[in-house]
Amino acid sequence: MYRYDEFDHEFVRERVAQFSDQVARRLAGEISEDAFKPLRLMNGVYLQLHAYMLRVAIPYGTLNSKQMRMLGHIARKYDRGYGHFTTRQNIQYNWPKLSDIPAILEDLASVEMHAIQTSGNCIRNVTSDQFAGAAADEIADPRPYAEILRQWSSVHPEFSFLPRKFKIAITGAPNDRAAIQVHDIGLQLVTNDKGEIGFAVYIGGGQGRTPLVAKKVRDFLPEEDLLSYTTAIVRVYNLHGRRDNKYKARIKILVHETGIEELKAQIEAEFAHLKDSELKLPEADVDAITRYFAMPDLPERPEGWAQLAAWKKADAEFARWLTQNVRPHKNPDYASVTISLKPIGGIPGDATDEQMELVADLAEEYGFDELRISHEQNIILPHVAMADLEAVYRALKSGGLATGNIGFITDMIACPGLDYCALANARSIPVAQAISERFGSPERQAEIGELKIKISGCINACGHHHVGHIGLLGVEKKGEELYQITLGGSADENTSIGEILGRGFEPEKVTDAIETIVDTYLAIRKDPSEIFIETYRRVGAQPFKDALYPAKAA
Amino acid sequence: MTAKVLTANRLTDGIAVWWSAKGEWQTVLQGALVANDDEAAAALEAIGKRDLAANLVVDVALIDVNVVDGVLKPLRLRERIRADGPTIEYAPTCRAKEEAA
Repeated sequence: MYRYDEFDHEFVRERVAQFSDQVARRLAGEISEDAFKPLRLMNGVYLQLHAYMLRVAIPYGTLNSKQMRMLGHIARKYDRGYGHFTTRQNIQYNWPKLSDIPAILEDLASVEMHAIQTSGNCIRNVTSDQFAGAAADEIADPRPYAEILRQWSSVHPEFSFLPRKFKIAITGAPNDRAAIQVHDIGLQLVTNDKGEIGFAVYIGGGQGRTPLVAKKVRDFLPEEDLLSYTTAIVRVYNLHGRRDNKYKARIKILVHETGIEELKAQIEAEFAHLKDSELKLPEADVDAITRYFAMPDLPERPEGWAQLAAWKKADAEFARWLTQNVRPHKNPDYASVTISLKPIGGIPGDATDEQMELVADLAEEYGFDELRISHEQNIILPHVAMADLEAVYRALKSGGLATGNIGFITDMIACPGLDYCALANARSIPVAQAISERFGSPERQAEIGELKIKISGCINACGHHHVGHIGLLGVEKKGEELYQITLGGSADENTSIGEILGRGFEPEKVTDAIETIVDTYLAIRKDPSEIFIETYRRVGAQPFKDALYPAKAA
Repeated sequence: MTAKVLTANRLTDGIAVWWSAKGEWQTVLQGALVANDDEAAAALEAIGKRDLAANLVVDVALIDVNVVDGVLKPLRLRERIRADGPTIEYAPTCRAKEEAA
């Protein structure tokens, strides 16, 4: 993975010193809250319902054991013993004291981490495929390009005060696991007729109160033009994006109001000026960054093939975990392991300090020191020898981390919701917990198959409800929580926005409603191989509406 | 007029606080000073502005409460959760830490 050079170290050190001084002046009463608020937000410090919240960047979701161990240390020393991994592949701490933030940032800097640009109207953490570098289906590892974008966008003077926040996602595989079509810019690595690597470029996707699927503006952008074209997009947005209304300030609205052809023409005109500028990526620089992300030297471990068969036969629970949480790797002797942060009845995305340390130990011992965070709020060991899977599983089990439910109904995304968030209108976590408990039996989950439920506690959609196969949006109606259900969303290469079914449900009725939807699906699917989203796309919303609102249907 | 209490978050650690009948910021809702008329509400508001300016607290707000048998209950769920803490068992160590806070 990428290692800081002297410039990076110096930059982060200076920023920590600068913000530490600002915090000290704030605590001494020398800076007002109005003046301080934008400064703290630029450094990832929010104020939530109960306390401050610190959001730490995990660039494209990649980190090593030392960094994960530090995240656990921070959870224990400065927080309440846990952290929350987010849909932006970052981690949030819910209880840090403002007075401790400088010390936390110093600790983070010691392992090449920071909280810069995790808030504010700037280019945020670039997100990517959690299996990048290991996935058998990828054209190339997208992380070198994510790193190039990270370096380019960090305190970019032109793009530090955009009309609104700006999110870029990149995938190296045709099977999109990074939800690129619901980002401001989505990049997909592709090859042209000559076998050269470039990017399909999408713009204007997003969720929030106006969910829109991104539009493609380039089928093939040459690799060398990555920064010049991205600059052209963000420059046009910075110039013409609305600043009069924060709800209409994202690039998706500019795309929608201007029209994609007109906007594309503006981007191409800007790009024509930039194409041969200093932004053109030299091949040597791309190669140098790419070397940081080289596949670890993986020794041959063919013994795993035979061992796995025996272990599976001996332990049904292990076999289930293997089926759901382990996926093929580029190297046939290896696999990528997804560690579920969705224990049955648990809090999606939360991990304790001890769990973080356990995972760090496993990455060090069995995983070539590499870890990833997925936007679906799980942790990944990208490179594990199949011969080591049984040992990894046993260790995970001892730490309460061996739930075999990846892709199943209990592997839900949920935002922090009204239990923490100052913007939320309704709770998300208890709803997720109740659904998880209801459908927790391994047999039932396996019978239902792949089904993605995503829950947001407000229209800002941090819980990605718009792109859930089943989406739940919590709203406040007459002082009470109510949950709207959407069906048919997805955030893969066939991205779609879910449709609202009808009136919402009270908290105590949500799980029953989900069960009605699931039972309807089970009754009408062609066969067990037809997953929920496929059935929905085949039959539409009506059978589900009829089941959920029988009186109206009659 | 709906009864109101004054709430904020403490500057140093962000912990939710309420202005008490004893004339200080406290970390529990019960015992907060209740304003039952416009004059009392204005007085609370003035205290909030004063302590915001004095950099003791941030995010100052007057919130609506019901008072039943002397027990305060905020009207909005958001404020009830602020007062009672997250409605979930969020970490194995949470209770001990909360009690110590």
